[in-house]
Order: sequence, then C-alpha cells, then structure tokens
Amino acid sequence: MIICKKLRTMNKLRKRVFLTAGYNTVSMGTGRKEFNPKKQMPGLEHYMKEAGQASIAAVGGAQNIDECVVGNFMSARFNKQAHLGAFMPMIDEGLRYKPAVSVEGACASGGLALLTGIRSILAETADMALVIGVEVQNTVKAIYGADVLAGAGWYPKRKNGHAYFFPGQFSNRAGAYFEKYGRDYARKGFARWFRNAIENARLCPTAQEYENKVEDLEKLAFTEPMPAVFTDYLNVFDCSKVSDGASSIVVASEEGLKKAGIPLSEAVEITGWGQAEEDITQEPDDPTRLSTMAESVKQALSSANITINDLATIELHDCFTVAGILAMEAIGFAKQGEGARFVAEGHTARDGKIPVNTTGGLIGWGHPTGATGVHMAVTIWEQLTGKAGKAQIAIPADRPYGLTVNMGGDDKSLVALVYRKA
Amino acid sequence: MTYNNKLTNVAVLGAAGKMGSGIVLLTAIEMANLRIAGGKDPGEASLHAIDISPAALSGLMKYLRTQVLKSAEKMTVQLRKWYAANPNLIENEEVINQYVNDVLSVVKPTTRMEAAYEAHVVFEAVSENPDLKVKLFSNIYQNNPNKPWFLTNTSSIPIGEINEKAGLNGNIIGLHFYNPPAVQKLMEIIPPKDVNPELTDFANQLAKNLKKIIVLSNDVAGFIGNGFFMRDILFAVLETQKLAEKMPLTEAICTLDKISRDYLIRPMGIFQLSDYVGVDVCLFIMSVMDKRLNETLQCQLFEQFMEQGIKGGQFADGSQKDGIFRYEKGRITDVYDLGSKKYIDIEAVAEKVDTFLGTMPASWQPWKNAIKNRSREGMLQQYFNELKQMETPGAELAKAYARKANEIGQQLVADGVAHKTEDVNTVMMTGFFHAYGPVNDYL
Repeated sequence: MIICKKLRTMNKLRKRVFLTAGYNTVSMGTGRKEFNPKKQMPGLEHYMKEAGQASIAAVGGAQNIDECVVGNFMSARFNKQAHLGAFMPMIDEGLRYKPAVSVEGACASGGLALLTGIRSILAETADMALVIGVEVQNTVKAIYGADVLAGAGWYPKRKNGHAYFFPGQFSNRAGAYFEKYGRDYARKGFARWFRNAIENARLCPTAQEYENKVEDLEKLAFTEPMPAVFTDYLNVFDCSKVSDGASSIVVASEEGLKKAGIPLSEAVEITGWGQAEEDITQEPDDPTRLSTMAESVKQALSSANITINDLATIELHDCFTVAGILAMEAIGFAKQGEGARFVAEGHTARDGKIPVNTTGGLIGWGHPTGATGVHMAVTIWEQLTGKAGKAQIAIPADRPYGLTVNMGGDDKSLVALVYRKA
Repeated sequence: MTYNNKLTNVAVLGAAGKMGSGIVLLTAIEMANLRIAGGKDPGEASLHAIDISPAALSGLMKYLRTQVLKSAEKMTVQLRKWYAANPNLIENEEVINQYVNDVLSVVKPTTRMEAAYEAHVVFEAVSENPDLKVKLFSNIYQNNPNKPWFLTNTSSIPIGEINEKAGLNGNIIGLHFYNPPAVQKLMEIIPPKDVNPELTDFANQLAKNLKKIIVLSNDVAGFIGNGFFMRDILFAVLETQKLAEKMPLTEAICTLDKISRDYLIRPMGIFQLSDYVGVDVCLFIMSVMDKRLNETLQCQLFEQFMEQGIKGGQFADGSQKDGIFRYEKGRITDVYDLGSKKYIDIEAVAEKVDTFLGTMPASWQPWKNAIKNRSREGMLQQYFNELKQMETPGAELAKAYARKANEIGQQLVADGVAHKTEDVNTVMMTGFFHAYGPVNDYL
C-alpha cells in the first residue's frame, strides 16, 4: 500500500510536458510491394534520417532541439551496429556536440526513449528533446531473427525455448487461455483482433499491411496452427510483423513550444505515466494475465487522475493477438477470461466502444521493435490533433484521453502513457 | 537387414550430375536424419558420392551446403528437438549449422569407383547408356561382398534387362527421380520381374520418407514418363513435317510448340521441353525404346539437328543451352533454321504463326494462371468446350494434339506399361507439371 502511494506521488508530473512534430516512416517488410529481401534494402541511417529530419523541420530546425534520445533494441545484432546516439549529428549538423543517448529495453525501447525525453523536460535539462525509435530487422531471415529477438528473454531459457522463441512464449500463454476459457471462444477473439488490425492498416499509407487485399480476414485468421513448423497454438496471422522503420517525435516543455513558435493545438500533453519492471528470470505467476502491464496502466491512469472511461483511443502492444486480448483484460475493459468476447463483439474496432490500434498496431501497421513505443505516441498525437487522415476517428469531448501501452519482453518492461490534446 | 542399416553405407554413381546431385542431397539428408533422430552420430554413415570429375564433385559439395542449409532453415522446430540433449547448441543458427555439418559429414566425395565395393545400396545416375550401366553394376556386384542393392535412375532401359546382363539376381529396381530430384514430387518405381521383394519394400519406404508421390510402372522400355513423352514428340514432329509442306520448317516448329504450350495449357512447348531434356537425350531414349519395342520410334528431324550440332540440354548451373531454340533468361529468342544453319529471330516467325493459327478461345488462360486457378476443372471444361466449337487452324491442330495425347495415355495402359490411366495422368501432372492429365473427357 505504502509503495502504491509512493508511486502515485512520484508519478505526478511536476511540470507540463508536451509532444509534437511526430513522424512515421513506412513500416517496411513482407506485405509492402517495394520490399525485396534479396536486394540491398535501406538501413538504420536511412530510417533515422527520414524520421529525424521530418520532426526537426516541423519544430523549426535543430537549433531548437536540446538533446536526442534513440530507442533501439538490437541493432548491435541485426545490423552489427551499436552506439546509435552518435548518429544524431548525421541527421542534422545542428545536433553536433549536443547530448544524445541510446536506450534499450527490448520492444519497450521506444517507450523508454520517450520516458527518458520526458524526464529531461521534467529535470529541466532540456526544453525540447528529439526522440527517435528505430529498428531494421529484415537483415536476416525470420528463423535467425528469432534468435536475435530472443534476447528480450532470459538467455538460459533459450535452450529449451521454441525455435521462434517469442511466438513460442505467447503460444504458451494462448494455450493456457484456451485451457481455462475454451479454444474456439478464444480464437474468435484472435480472429476479430486480426481483422481489426488489417482493416485499420488499410487506412494508413505507412502501414505494412496497407495493401492487404484479403477478403475474408477472419477466415484466414482461423487457419489451423502448424506445430511441426511453427507454434502449437498460434499461426502466423496471430503474430506481429517483422519490420524495418523509424518513428520520431519531439518532447517539449511549454517554453520549448513557445521558443519554436508551435501553437498548443499542434501538440498533445502527457498527463500521466506509468513504468513497471518485472524479474526477467521468472516465469509469469499466471500465464493468462499480463500483470506488469496491468500495474503500469494502473500507475498511468492514477497519475493522470482518470479512469478507463475517459479514454477515446488506445495504442497497445499486440505483438500477438493473444497479447491484445490479455491487454484488454489488463487495462480493465474486460474481466479475466472475457477479453476474447469483448474483442469478438467488436468493442475494440474503430467504431466500437474503445477504438484500439487505429492504424493497425503491431500486427497491421508493423513492429519495428525499438521504434514501436514511439510509433504509438505518434499515432495518438495524430488522432488527438486531427492529423490521422483516413484513419482519423472522432475524439469525444467527454473522453478526450489517449493511452499507449508499450511492452518489452514477455510482460517484463512496461511503459504506459496518458495523452490529452493540449 | 533393416532400412536404417541399409542406409549406413551407400554409393551414388554419377553423383555430381544434375540427377545425381539431387539424389545425393535427398539420400544424405535421409541418412543423417535417421541417425540424428535416434541420438546417434551421423558420421557413422557413409554416402560415397562417386563421379569421374573432381571439379564437378567440388561443385556438388557447394550445392549440398546451400541446399541443406535451406532445408535446415525450414525444419528448425524439428532440429531443436533432435539436438535438445546437446547443451552447446542454443540458438537456431547454432543448431542449423550443426545440422548442415552433420549432413555433409555423411557425404564422402570420390572419383574412385572402388568406394562402391563396401556399399549396401548403390544409386545410379550415370548417362543413359545400357552397356555402361551393365558394366558398372556387374563390376561392383562381383567385388562387393555385401551383395548390394542397385537403384537405377534410368528413365528408359528395362530393369530386367540390366538385371540379367549384369547378373544381379533381382537385386535391382528402377527408382526414377524427376528433374530436379529435390523439388519434383514424382517418383516412378519400376520393379523388374523376379525383383528381390525386400528391395521393393526398401524403395517404397525411401520414397515415402522422401515424401514423394509414388507411381508404380511396369518394366517396359520408356516406362510411363518417357513412354508418353517420346510418343508425344513423335506426334508433334509428324504434324510439323505435314505443315512444313506449306510453310517454312521454322514456322511449323514454332506452330507445334505454341499448340502444345499455349493451346494445350502446358508449362513448355514440346520442342522447348525437348531442348530442356536435350535433343541428344531424347534421341537416345527413343533408340533404347525403338530397339526393344515392337514399334518404330525414330526421329529424323532430331537427327538432322544433331548432325548440325544442335543438342540443347543444360549447363551445370541449370541454365538452358541453345537447342532447337535459343534462350535468354529462359525466354525463347530465336529458332534454329536447318536450311541456312543459323538461328533466326523468333518475333517475325511468331507473328506469322499467330496469324496462321487464328484467335484463341476467349476463356484461355496461360498455364501459370491455370495451375493456380482454384476452380481449374470448370475452367478447363469451358476452355475445351469453346475449343471444340472452333474451326480455326489453331483449334483443329490443338484438338488433334489433345486427342492424340489421350490416345497415347490409354495405349500405355493397353500395352501394360501403366497399371491404370490415373497413373499416366499422375505422372504427366506431377512429373511434367501438366495442368490436367492427358486421359480426360474434355473433348
């Protein structure tokens, strides 16, 4: 109890923090016409440049940026390249000799990069921080990429893990959910989740599944899992994409926005945050629950002093359909075991009770791992400031908040942020 | 001796050729899998890859490494289970590399034929020469104390004849892989009269483990595949020669190639397929059949090409050599003119051919689309119905060709080569990738 109270005090924002100038590159990988793994594809530099330069231009130039944070998970293995902070002056000469840092927390790297930028604003060491998330994963075949991504788990468990390590982890969670609540029941939820993801991606030109033309998406989602070549309980449609891409956004103080001449209407305000870490060496207490996620969301909502009833939209970490279902339970929209029904009934669709992942999420838009947390923030910024184009949803005046939930590993590193139009 | 034990010491003759290298690949994987799955060292097994060319053998080893790697990447879920007891193999990459090394450790490349003297099973994929095969087999059989089993990849020579001439006491069976063996699903198994029944069981077990579609052929020269293909060529040549009385030969050749490819919705025209196999190989197979069957199988036209050095066939890398046609990246660019002894550009010829043949049925689809069509049966029925109603020279030639193909298929059953017409259709659809079987009711 004492801990909770303490957290709540510590999560209180002592200064107003804003986000503006968001940008997403294309999420590149299978599904995109221009993707050809046999040819030399654009690398880290290309994506960081494209995203970073767009955000810098939108805030009036690099002279307005005080520091940079890069979120990246595994460039050291995917691209044999570490030390990404030092790429910031390559993006813009105006960033030469300014502070830059790279942060890593598996697939939550992007969310952690955002929080690092937010902390700089709160600490008043910067008025504007450029946050870039980037990952280029298609440098290796998926079977080797699985080795790299397994680094988000505890290495001693790799030996007995699945060839596709993380799909294997979440397949086990799906299996536990099947056993408790029924396989067909759960798979109906998975199928609807997949359909929503693709339908939303079709509205967003940067989405990896933008050009997906499949007619009966739910039927496709019901393809039987193939344990001999993949996992026991999940098929490939239950999985997020293997993606290359970058997202960037600028975290700013009120002074920062003023200095750059950016009106509040172009910004969203961070009104709450939550961050939680769980022991990577331990198995989950209950495989049918994402308890670290639940904790981080609880922190964020309480720090923003709102409830889930105040939310207009959510961007959440659906690395697998089952994670999407469990997330709806962890956030509190459905009781345990009822997430699949909540989703199957269409409540998370773009016209449902709570539109989730309005540009496709990790399954439809794509999952350039280290960029994903930043991509979520950019999407919420677009939705709350009316910049989401064809993917735009209506933001009700009586529930003006957005929520992002970014997860690293199997419910181990969590970042939850609450946003409101400034 | 059990299946596993038999696959402890194996020889492949002609190992570095196109067919041989595929047989080495599939057999080495099978031999290694049997051991790895049983927790044993695959190095205990030996596959002697025998070929006369050291350079080709080194090419074989490169080919094997690439192919085994590809195969390993697709079966990593299984490999992790097989290697679960090895604490040093943790990541997929480590498991995959170990597997590649394990499979390659089975293969012992050599130019020395004597390596086959210790084998229990001998696969053969040397050139289609009956005397050479008989010589090799009898030599090995006399010098090998294991009384080895022979699995020949001959596509035309009667197995019983080799058995008798080489004195193998029924220890031989026809195991006809299609090209390329690693990809093609079809396998024709040809047990000769008096075959060792254990060998038949072994061949069936192997084909099953390699996930092949098995068609049992009777031991008649040419078997089902070439029995059909050679007669199909001879019909096309006959029609070509008829047409050549009123048009240049090059045009007649292109006409029949187009009829057999486009009008009959096949992956290749009959003369392109002859180039693919090799004009020389086709002639050789025909002569094997001609000598043994009560039927004349000779092809003057192909002999004329051979006289001018036009052979076709493929380079070691699988690309097409010049033959009746000349190719660029698999596409036909020129056709050979026997009169001027030169290749001439295909475009002008093709235009004349198209004008001569007339319009195609409206519902026509190229082979590439037809095989992907989910309601292929209905599509084909509609196409042939339309074709039936038409009287253009193209439609007439196509109908005659399709009816002849049907007849050849039925004759193979009547002659006792195939057990049933379904087998002929299976061979043509899986071994030759036809979109439909030749024995059908479309017309």
